Amino acid sequence: MTEIAQRSFFLRNPSVLVFLALLSVFTLAVTLASEATGFGWMSTSFVKTLGKTLCLCLIAIAMDLVWGYCGILSLGHFAFFGLGGYMIGMWLMYERTKDIVAQSLQNEVLPPTPDELRDAIGTQIFGVVGGSDIPLVWTFADSLFIQLVLVVLVPGLLALVFGWLAFRSRVTGVYLSILTQAMTLALSLYLFQNDSGLRGNNGLSGLQNIPGLTGVSQDVISIWFFWASALALALGYLLAAFMVSGKFGSVIRGIRDDEARVRFLGYNVEAYKLVIFTGTAMISAIAGALYYPQAGIVNPAEIAPIASIYLAVWVAIGGRGRLYGAVIGAAFVSLLSSWFTGGSAPDIPLGTFTIQWTDWWLVVLGLSFVAVTLFAPQGISGVFDKLVRKS
Amino acid sequence: MTTLLEVSGVSVSFDGFKAINNLSFQIGEAEMRAIIGPNGAGKTTFMDIVTGKTRPDEGHVIWGDRSVSLLKMSESQIARVGIGRKFQRPTVFEAQTVRENLAMALKNARGPFDVLFYRKSKSGADRIEALAEEIGLSNQLPRIAGTLSHGQKQWLEIGMLLAQEPRLLLIDEPAAGMTPEEREHTTQILVEAAKTRAVVVVEHDMEFVRRLNCKVTVLHEGAVLAEGSLDHVTQNQTVIDVYLGR
Amino acid sequence: MILRLFVAMALMVCASSVTGQTLQDVLQDHQGAVEKASRKTIDPVIEDLIASGLPSVPGFLEEWREKNVWVRKSDGLFFYADTVDKATYTLRDLTTGADVGTVEKSDIKQLRPNSGVRSVIATALVRFQLSDPDPFRRIDALTSIERDPEPEHLEPLRASIADETAPALRARKERLERLLSVSFEQDEDRRIIAIRSFDGDLGVDARAALNPILRTKLVYAEDVPDDANIAAQVIPGSEDLSVEAAYALMVGAGAAAAIPDADARKAILIKNIQDGQVAGFDLVDLDTQDARDQAYVALAQTTDIPVWSPTLAKSDIVKEEPFALVYGEPSEAVTDAALKILNGIETRVAANQFLDLGLDAISLASIYFLAAIGLAITFGVMGVINMAHGEFIMMGAYTGYVVQLFVPDYTLSLILAVPLAFAVTFAAGVAMERLVIRWLYNRPLETLLATFGISIALQQLAKNIFGTQARPLTAPGWLDGAWMINDVVSISYIRIAIFGLSLLFLGILLYILKRTRLGLEVRAVTQNPKMAAAVGINPDRINMLTFGLGSGIAGIAGVAIGLYAKVTSELGTDYIVQSFMTVVVGGVGNIWGTLLGATMIGSLQKGIEWFNPSNTLAAQTYMILFIILFIQIRPRGIIALKGRAAGD
Repeated sequence: MTEIAQRSFFLRNPSVLVFLALLSVFTLAVTLASEATGFGWMSTSFVKTLGKTLCLCLIAIAMDLVWGYCGILSLGHFAFFGLGGYMIGMWLMYERTKDIVAQSLQNEVLPPTPDELRDAIGTQIFGVVGGSDIPLVWTFADSLFIQLVLVVLVPGLLALVFGWLAFRSRVTGVYLSILTQAMTLALSLYLFQNDSGLRGNNGLSGLQNIPGLTGVSQDVISIWFFWASALALALGYLLAAFMVSGKFGSVIRGIRDDEARVRFLGYNVEAYKLVIFTGTAMISAIAGALYYPQAGIVNPAEIAPIASIYLAVWVAIGGRGRLYGAVIGAAFVSLLSSWFTGGSAPDIPLGTFTIQWTDWWLVVLGLSFVAVTLFAPQGISGVFDKLVRKS
Repeated sequence: MTTLLEVSGVSVSFDGFKAINNLSFQIGEAEMRAIIGPNGAGKTTFMDIVTGKTRPDEGHVIWGDRSVSLLKMSESQIARVGIGRKFQRPTVFEAQTVRENLAMALKNARGPFDVLFYRKSKSGADRIEALAEEIGLSNQLPRIAGTLSHGQKQWLEIGMLLAQEPRLLLIDEPAAGMTPEEREHTTQILVEAAKTRAVVVVEHDMEFVRRLNCKVTVLHEGAVLAEGSLDHVTQNQTVIDVYLGR
Repeated sequence: MILRLFVAMALMVCASSVTGQTLQDVLQDHQGAVEKASRKTIDPVIEDLIASGLPSVPGFLEEWREKNVWVRKSDGLFFYADTVDKATYTLRDLTTGADVGTVEKSDIKQLRPNSGVRSVIATALVRFQLSDPDPFRRIDALTSIERDPEPEHLEPLRASIADETAPALRARKERLERLLSVSFEQDEDRRIIAIRSFDGDLGVDARAALNPILRTKLVYAEDVPDDANIAAQVIPGSEDLSVEAAYALMVGAGAAAAIPDADARKAILIKNIQDGQVAGFDLVDLDTQDARDQAYVALAQTTDIPVWSPTLAKSDIVKEEPFALVYGEPSEAVTDAALKILNGIETRVAANQFLDLGLDAISLASIYFLAAIGLAITFGVMGVINMAHGEFIMMGAYTGYVVQLFVPDYTLSLILAVPLAFAVTFAAGVAMERLVIRWLYNRPLETLLATFGISIALQQLAKNIFGTQARPLTAPGWLDGAWMINDVVSISYIRIAIFGLSLLFLGILLYILKRTRLGLEVRAVTQNPKMAAAVGINPDRINMLTFGLGSGIAGIAGVAIGLYAKVTSELGTDYIVQSFMTVVVGGVGNIWGTLLGATMIGSLQKGIEWFNPSNTLAAQTYMILFIILFIQIRPRGIIALKGRAAGD
């Protein structure tokens, strides 16, 4: 029975197989081209950029689930992404600092006591915000396992509580969007404080250095993270495809189109929304936990509401209600953005005035976004679908 | 005949306007009932109250053999205990196929995780086929519901209601905008349904009501004005006054 | 008593003028003390100078202090001297100022009073300055006393009150006299009367004078003399006195021996390392506090080091010991009076701070109202959330800035900027509605995103045009400063102006909506668009105008905000979320709802800031949490609307 269902799942969703195949080929190609092989030409930083892009694709899938399929325009999923990064960042930073501190205390006359070690770590990490005590939230920072659990648990709980409050009071549509935006703002403002226990606006840094792997060079680590990101994206895509293909997908699309009708069919709409909201928050958090070690730093500015809105932009440009649309949108727009704002795009001289892309890219992005909403509401993949159907 | 739904002494007002005024109403198992009444008589509000969309200011709504109150339940809970509702405008999920529409309505566990790990079964597929047969959409199953005609959507919606296997069906103006043949078909579906469950039809069209051949309740200004066979109520002087006299 | 002294002084003044004694005579009486003035010998000189009552005395004291008085070596007479050239000086008579000849520098000697003497002279001078015929000099003298009060000022100040003619100055002198009495009066009863006179006084100076009386010191009670004025007994380990501090007090009093702390013991251990060992312990094993403690105890048995044992707990030692808070002021009656009066003052200050907070909240609320009302109108009428609303606010502020570039007069430019900002953003709003929003009706989430796209583009455009640094939008001079109601409550004129502006717009909007044809149509479309269209209202036109109106008000809000905040491309972003919150809390499509929402958000933000004044970030965090909870109670805002925007 299960076997039949499994087979039919792939048969019914050939795009999933296509996607997984493409992703495998891409992963292989990047691996071979990377410097880690010894003969590759692709720079470590570019491998990292690609790895980060895969993570962004994963959160875009989460966004597509919650918005494209369930109709909840959440402007808060990047907050969960950032929280995931913070959770793993705490372990990375604590353990690495511990190594550094142990190293520097080696030459002391008396070997350091655990308390002295802790004090030294505290001073090292929290000196920038004028503290030396290790805050309560760092209690488990020395345990990779617990922090990994917290990666999904903390954002998941936040989403659960927030979602429960919001859905329970039947807040929908733009109201809900604004409320999620407010939640994101509240979280980022909270983290901006020096006494938040997470280093205020400095955020957590040096995350690219993996404790215990000091002997491994960054080009190898970058490939490992790339693989992990690709695997997470593949699993995320599979999970999402599984969720949306069956009856569950039918119900959440029903909620998107006519919430009241689904309710009169006897479905507890709030519970479904809560499952989707919390589940996608967890996926986002995992994406963030993979993203920030590659980025090297996570700070409250990353969580600011604008980031979540950009996420919505990617998904909209890629095409809502299609998983591959979300992936295409996130990959396309984020890579294009970093190309244009990175200064590598050629300027356009217009006689007396030169268009510098670092200045004008956002104007173009904003306006093209308006154009997509107006003229191609299904996004890039919608256009793509039309072409496929015509041929 | 046991009582399935009992509404007693219910009142509700919106901004001072009394939409329902001390309304009492009963319906038994496997009974067909038509509710008629002029505009603003409170027919739709009555349905809103029974299905949990509107909370009454006072009164009781008692359901089933175990006499549970519906007033504390949410819309989805009420739907799960066996009350199905069809809205005036056909509301089907236009972006999904007829089969998906019916599958969603099929009586099954409704929890998110039950649904997520739900596996298609032979019996479910058979049930969908049978329902499609009943509502005359057998060869339309893979079609996107949005592309159906108005009448077909109405049937699909009735089919979805039947798929829920409710004990009480509340149907708001099913015949509106239908061709005579479609009406005929609709009447058949409803009469067939009423053999196994209670059906309440709100309708303006007297001809349609006559064809249903059932007990009629006349609502006026949020209260029951008359009850009985169609012939009985149409001869009632107050009913005539209400319909013609204004 | 004082009065009698004054009568005596006055008599003496008469006497001296009668006797014809000159300044020079008085000085010659004290020739030595003047020439070699010192702190110890100066007092009689000053006394005699004052007693002489000669009109030339104040001038002389000033010149003396400024080191302009010279002594002629030949006869010891004093003169003022002016430099002719490096070696030659012209001498002037002390009384008449008449030229009395030119001398070589070597013939005369400058009097250089040291700083102690100079301060005595200054105090003496105060007496004269306080009664100086020139009121400005009297004001200067008062200001200098207020800034730096000394006990010696009290007597001359009292003396000068009786003759004071200017009522304002007299009041000021009387107040200062009471303040000085609080601090310096020797007579206890008079001091207490002075203290009581400040009952309920909100002045900062009153609190500054009263607070030092209640200054306390923590002492170990064995040290306390019997007659000490004890404020309270304190228990070690409480909020007022930590165990550490208590023990340190005991150590200071010699009642306990200093206990070396962990760091000190570690240092001692290190000092006693021999051959990689301390007291028989290997160094590598000393990586826990327990091991170190054992090593220390072992070491203490063989070596002379401070006594310590793991069971030695400071909290046990200090537990039963007496500690007290002792007033610096010895008189209990005085401290009691001061305590009572200060408590009364604190209560009133708190009440007034609350009032001040209320004013702050109102002014914040009026800003939020201006920022949010446009948003609320468009949301109510069209069901559209305009994410670019914040950028319209920014456009308004930049319009003001550009106007000021061309019109240098700040008042005129402001008068021009307000309608111009309205026009610019009205046009921008109408353009946006025509080009984008009208195609997206019934797709509210997509409108939200499309307007967000516009918001990104506009913000970057502003950055490209005006740069990233803040641009000034200067308020005219008459808006500078603040209206001080008392020492606690004040509000800046700009904020009053903004408050006025929002009242004005509240009125205008109410008028438009309730009294004009446009308003009628707007309300009709808000409540039932289909019906409105059916009775011949053109919803397209209404939507366009409403959107223009909403955007136009955003522009005006921009000018208002720009007056006190910096104009940057991110100006709008700072206000947009608060505006959203205002709309959500207030309910859409209703001016009163927005007003209530703005008031609530404004007072809430100020209220939370009051509880946690150092932290605006936390205030905003808590405020948003509150709003999320508020939505639980009233999902559709304070004033819920039935109609299109309500979504049913």
